[in-house]
Amino acid sequence: MTSRDAILASLRRNAPPVSPLPEVPAAMTYADPERQFAEAFGSVGGKFVRVTSLADVNTALKTFAPYTQARRIASLIPDVGRANVDLAALKDPHELEGIDIAIIAGEFGVAENGAVWVPGSMLGPHRAIFVVTQHLVLVMPAGQIVHNMHQAYDRIRLERPGFGTFISGPSKTADIEQALVIGAHGARSCTLFLVGSQAR
Amino acid sequence: MIGHAEKAATFVANDERVHWHDRALWFVRLKRDRQAESIPEWEALREAAAAIKAHTLSRIADYLEEFERNAKANGIHVHWARDGAEHNAIVHRILAERGVTRLVKSKSMLTEECHLNPYLEAHGIEVTDTDLGERIVQLRHEPPSHIVLPAIHLKKEDIGELFHRELGSAEGASDPQYLTEAARGHLRQKFMAAQAGLTGVNFAIAETGGFVVCTNEGNADMGTSLPPVHIACMGVEKIVPQTKDLAIFLRLLARSATGQPVTSYTTHFQGPMRGGELHVVIVDNGRSAILGQETFRRSLSCIRCGACMNTCPVFRRSGGYSYGYTVPGPIGSLLAPLRDPSKFGSLPFASSLCGSCSDVCPVKIDLHHELYAFRQELVRRKVVPLYKRLGMAVMSAVLARPWAYRLAGSLMRWAMPRLPRALVYGPWNLWGRQREIPPMPRESFRELIKKEAK
Repeated sequence: MTSRDAILASLRRNAPPVSPLPEVPAAMTYADPERQFAEAFGSVGGKFVRVTSLADVNTALKTFAPYTQARRIASLIPDVGRANVDLAALKDPHELEGIDIAIIAGEFGVAENGAVWVPGSMLGPHRAIFVVTQHLVLVMPAGQIVHNMHQAYDRIRLERPGFGTFISGPSKTADIEQALVIGAHGARSCTLFLVGSQAR
Repeated sequence: MIGHAEKAATFVANDERVHWHDRALWFVRLKRDRQAESIPEWEALREAAAAIKAHTLSRIADYLEEFERNAKANGIHVHWARDGAEHNAIVHRILAERGVTRLVKSKSMLTEECHLNPYLEAHGIEVTDTDLGERIVQLRHEPPSHIVLPAIHLKKEDIGELFHRELGSAEGASDPQYLTEAARGHLRQKFMAAQAGLTGVNFAIAETGGFVVCTNEGNADMGTSLPPVHIACMGVEKIVPQTKDLAIFLRLLARSATGQPVTSYTTHFQGPMRGGELHVVIVDNGRSAILGQETFRRSLSCIRCGACMNTCPVFRRSGGYSYGYTVPGPIGSLLAPLRDPSKFGSLPFASSLCGSCSDVCPVKIDLHHELYAFRQELVRRKVVPLYKRLGMAVMSAVLARPWAYRLAGSLMRWAMPRLPRALVYGPWNLWGRQREIPPMPRESFRELIKKEAK
């Protein structure tokens, strides 16, 4: 008998009688999900910036120190940021090392925890970009904020094969005496531009 | 058998550090409370999570088959390992066949359980743990002392000294920001040089054949998005039926673990990287046997958040190493003796049965009830030391007979003040080792009441 069959047989032999799957509990919603998202994104160490157009993003970047000091910039959004790295020309993801800023689109945000859904399709030819870059800039259209994780998974349709990640602020650790340190392995900062006219 | 109390002796000898450790973990517990209180439906979420886990365990073989089918359709290679030895051999074969000599790992308690690192190192593979806490304990040649906070037993000065010796950071430096930066530089090099990455699995989804890995540092993402080979190792109990179940577990996991609303990175792997390969190793290693034990099977619902450790008054004051098992604390005090009752038989007794662990468990494992049941099981199987069994026999004989109880009481009240201290506090008095026996009252409670009634 193969290990696979032995394990499955043992699990079948020892499993209890079938119990039902539960109903998903009704989840909390927010009067103003955008405001809640902004607060949550800030609380996880991210920087939330509200703008009305992509041109505003470019203007705001001009006063963002890591951007003005950056030598290598990659952008996966046309006309946002003065990109000088051609990601498609990189043969190997290791060549991403040394990128100072990456500008990536987020698909939607989650108000309850400040997470931004970034599917693999938005990461370009090398998915490592979001974690290898020294600083991460996310750009997300306004009106794309769901209240909670239940609504988030109602929206997600991951490709097969596929890849996707929730990013909630910069890379962080508290492994040394529970002291929070931003910038463990991945991005040292995470800035989110929410782009579009104000809804109210 | 070296029991929990004996192993804890070195830790509790440093009183100042015990209190510091206690406070550090209580701080995490309080952060957890704030998050839990911010979600009105928290209790309903726990109920749902427990029910999903119970349902999944009742059909676990079906769901694993469904996962395998879908994973293969996504281009994932699926391997099965009956025990730790087979798991290690599979991982080594994958690496050896591809000529891999440098592996980066993100946190995986399963590989700790299987002792993968020493196995691979003996076969000439350099293994680097990349979670900061895990890297710290790896450099010290120690196992993690906590499943979520691997280096919680260390002070920043200890780490500063370690990094100075191992990574060449400045002597005497102990600023966490500086030390983290030193580790970042060191581990970047390891990431760039690695030929393969290994991760654990937080949740595997039957419906899609994909899986989710949660980190705050981004080390799992780095380790699996640069080298072309990704190996993910999971215990059979990591399976959940559907994608939408993730919402429930992810809302609970980070809030329970560290008091964050969600981890910085929650990454969904549903197939290999472009031009790369992805292997999933599904491991039993005693889990199917636990499934067969009605009283203890709920321990398989554990999502490894560590909340039961942070809240446990015994763990906080005795440290992770006193348990001598990969998973310490209340949940480890079940999992370890389920694996080997003769080696870990003291662990179910390393609990005050206060029930705090059961109160915070996000999947509602009835931890303190199971610990209590396990004690009875150990007594039945005579795994408990003789002195404890004899003591219990004498106690139950006395407590079952009111006349014997009264006699014993008056004997004690008469004898104790008259006996020499050396006799009372002899090596047989385990209780009296760290404590003073309170002075004997002149009269028993019963005599007192009788007098009052007159």
